[in-house]
Amino acid sequence: MKRILRNTRWGSALAWALPVLFLALFYFYPLGSIVLFALQRLLGEGTAALQALNPAYFWRVFSFTVYQAALSTLLTVLLGLPAAYLFARYEFRGKTLLRSLSTIPFVLPTLVVAASFNALFGPRGWANLAAINLLGFREAPFTLTNSLTAILIAHVFYNLTIVIRLVGDVWSRLDPRLSQAARCLGATPWQAFWKVTLPLLLPAIFSASLLVFIFDFTSFGVILILGGPRYATLEVEIYYQMTALFNFPTAVLLSLIQLGCTLVLTIIYNRLSEKVTRPLPLAGQKRVLSRLSKPSQKFFAFLVISFLIAFQILPLLALVGRSVVYAGWERGERGLTTPTLSFAAYQEIFINRRASLFYIPPIRAIAISVAYGLMTVLLGLGIGLAAAWFLSRQQESAVLERLRRWLEPLILLPLGTSSVTLGLGFLLAFGKPPFDLRASPLLIPLAHTLVAFPFIVRSLLPALRSIRPRYHQAAAVLGANPWQIARRVDLPIIGRAVLVGGVFAFGISMGEFGATALLTRPEYPTLPIAIYRFLGQPGELNYGQAMALSVLLMTITAAGMILIERFRSGEVGEF
Amino acid sequence: MDALVLQKISKSIENKLILEEISFAVASGEIVALLGPSGCGKSTTLSLIAGLIEPDRGEIFWKGHSLRGIPPHQRNFGLMFQDLALFPHLNVFENIAFGLRMRRLAFPQIQRRVTEVLELVNLQGFEGRDVTSLSGGEMQRVALARALAPQPELLMLDEPLASLDRTLKDRLALELRQILRQMNQTAIYVTHDQEEAFSVADRIILMKEGKIEQIGSPYQIYQQPASPFVAQFLGMKNLVEAEIISENGQSWLRMSWGKIPYLGQSKGKGIALIRPVGAKVDGKEGLQLVGQVIQKVFRGDHCLLEVQCGAERFSFSIPCSPALPKEGETLSLSIPPESILFFGN
Repeated sequence: MKRILRNTRWGSALAWALPVLFLALFYFYPLGSIVLFALQRLLGEGTAALQALNPAYFWRVFSFTVYQAALSTLLTVLLGLPAAYLFARYEFRGKTLLRSLSTIPFVLPTLVVAASFNALFGPRGWANLAAINLLGFREAPFTLTNSLTAILIAHVFYNLTIVIRLVGDVWSRLDPRLSQAARCLGATPWQAFWKVTLPLLLPAIFSASLLVFIFDFTSFGVILILGGPRYATLEVEIYYQMTALFNFPTAVLLSLIQLGCTLVLTIIYNRLSEKVTRPLPLAGQKRVLSRLSKPSQKFFAFLVISFLIAFQILPLLALVGRSVVYAGWERGERGLTTPTLSFAAYQEIFINRRASLFYIPPIRAIAISVAYGLMTVLLGLGIGLAAAWFLSRQQESAVLERLRRWLEPLILLPLGTSSVTLGLGFLLAFGKPPFDLRASPLLIPLAHTLVAFPFIVRSLLPALRSIRPRYHQAAAVLGANPWQIARRVDLPIIGRAVLVGGVFAFGISMGEFGATALLTRPEYPTLPIAIYRFLGQPGELNYGQAMALSVLLMTITAAGMILIERFRSGEVGEF
Repeated sequence: MDALVLQKISKSIENKLILEEISFAVASGEIVALLGPSGCGKSTTLSLIAGLIEPDRGEIFWKGHSLRGIPPHQRNFGLMFQDLALFPHLNVFENIAFGLRMRRLAFPQIQRRVTEVLELVNLQGFEGRDVTSLSGGEMQRVALARALAPQPELLMLDEPLASLDRTLKDRLALELRQILRQMNQTAIYVTHDQEEAFSVADRIILMKEGKIEQIGSPYQIYQQPASPFVAQFLGMKNLVEAEIISENGQSWLRMSWGKIPYLGQSKGKGIALIRPVGAKVDGKEGLQLVGQVIQKVFRGDHCLLEVQCGAERFSFSIPCSPALPKEGETLSLSIPPESILFFGN
């Protein structure tokens, strides 16, 4: 008995050490390297290091980052609230489908979102194609890309579902009797909304806004592609400074600003989301839902549903459509053409057009992405299982129990760190001894694992927590040996959660762009990197290939998410 | 004078008929209980009166004026919800002041009124308390105070005591009646508990499946239940099949084991109610009943006897005496005619 106890204790220590070592080496060490770099400069060169930097430049980048994030957030919340209300309070045909469809944008890789809007409003997009060919414009009238509008629209598109889900969830469980009580006490419908419903929703609205703000603040792919050179946020500037100018000091300072901001925002968000979960007088869903009966309700539903379809689904359709249409616009020409149906872009996936060193046939990018994805799944599940197993049970020794409490918040930390900053940290930390991983094929999967890690642990934890020690005792009494217990009891219970965690890891790895953009080597592009390159090159065929690869990436991630929705066990929180 | 009049109100919700041609009236200052099993349409009736939903057919009048199209906040009615619906983001004072604020009262007035109603419900000094920190009974009182504060012309209470335990329920029901009386408040009280209805209401409206089964004072309803359903709902036992027959030029009420002269108007088959009180051991008058004592429970001033007679089982409440037969022994009882009630089909 004692020996078994000691064995489990060693196992626990190991399960604790694995994720802690992983986080220490691949999260804290890279981020520490950024800080260290800045400190060394400051100590080595003194104030001269600061003078070389231009405060006005930093202020401009920072204020634009905040400005676009605030504006995007405001728009997202304003447009999301009516939809949240519709989903929370009414029952109508196709509701589940619409709800699932409106979630798709959120899980799409940024590159796909950017490509979708490019397919709709870009220089070669549908809007311009139609304007020139049908309305007789002589040149492309829509220059929505390279504009703030494009950024805002894409951000709203991306994050709308956060407001719909987070606010709608609280709204749907809010007891309708509260506002009825207000009505009976003499409140008009508006007063009942302002005095009762809104105050009760406010924590949910705040926390949704903050989450949207964090995502907009750290947004990278969308701004890089749709914003063009004029609109650069902290994240994009770090990338430019690193890849185009090799300006380490500026990139490091930008990263520090970024890190500080996201840290503060994440702390506030965590505080707030605790508040959201405070007990509200919540009603069962059934009692709350009513049918659309009055004409005004139907009209409202019509408006919201049309908006969702036009806004959330049209860009994706545009992307798919644009990938199979050959516009005939070559090399800067934007004249009258006859667009034709063509699957050339898909056929091209397997052909290496140019034998240039930097040109890679798309099929190679797909293979690399899949390989990285599989490595991420293995790494992520291995470390994630250890962490989740350790977290899921109360430890017998006081020391381990204290470690357990410490580990839990640590695991979520990577969620709040921007991926470009992470990439920069990796470059600084692993570009030189003692950990020179520049040439290692594991570098990118490790970064992906870090990004996916919180999601993996969060998928595994509820399932592991549901295994009560009694199950093991019962199985042992019934004659099962430890191996049989693991195989017959534990595995069936956590099997689905492992699958969900694995799909998360794979999906995140396939779509990751920020860290990959900094860490990738030209001859090993991933799918998003290939899309980015194709978008940046002239010619109809390149554009078509960007579209085709985006469709491919979209299909993979959407399929993954559908799989996750299917297999997600129990009530896991929305975010 | 009738303050509230419901005229042939019908309402369907999701194609299911909830209320069918309901009509009743409530006089000024009267406390009326809507009594019935769950799902009989009581709460829907309240929602209709409050204006939270509109009737499909029929009309509701308040002091002679139709209420059709008047939104809830303009009716000046109060509604106390079953689940209380206290606003969790407001404290006790703010909850009670809510209705007063909606009426744009000046703050000193609001303060005075809140203090007043808190005193009325015996919760002095609770102003600053968080509503989520209150006990069940305290929450009920705050909800009542909130409903009373704006001095509603009509107060509706939807199962206000349903979530409380029996003892607290009995005490609060009496207290509630006292408060409502004291303010001469016109009130409609919805409940499925007949004891609660009896102790609070001046008049009871008994409902079943969307229709009114009987209207009357608690005494009338208890003495003259209009149907076997009412009798059963009020917890009465001893309901047996019976028939009115003519024999020797006289009407008789016949049951499986005996008959008794019948003076009422009904005819044919039906159900007879035999009241548990009034039967005498070894008496000569009235209906004779002989059976075996199955169970005998001592209840202080009386004994509860379960008697098996043929296929039927009855319970009687009889003054205790050493002469009463023991369990297993045979008992012969005489039941006076006034203790027997017949419901024709």
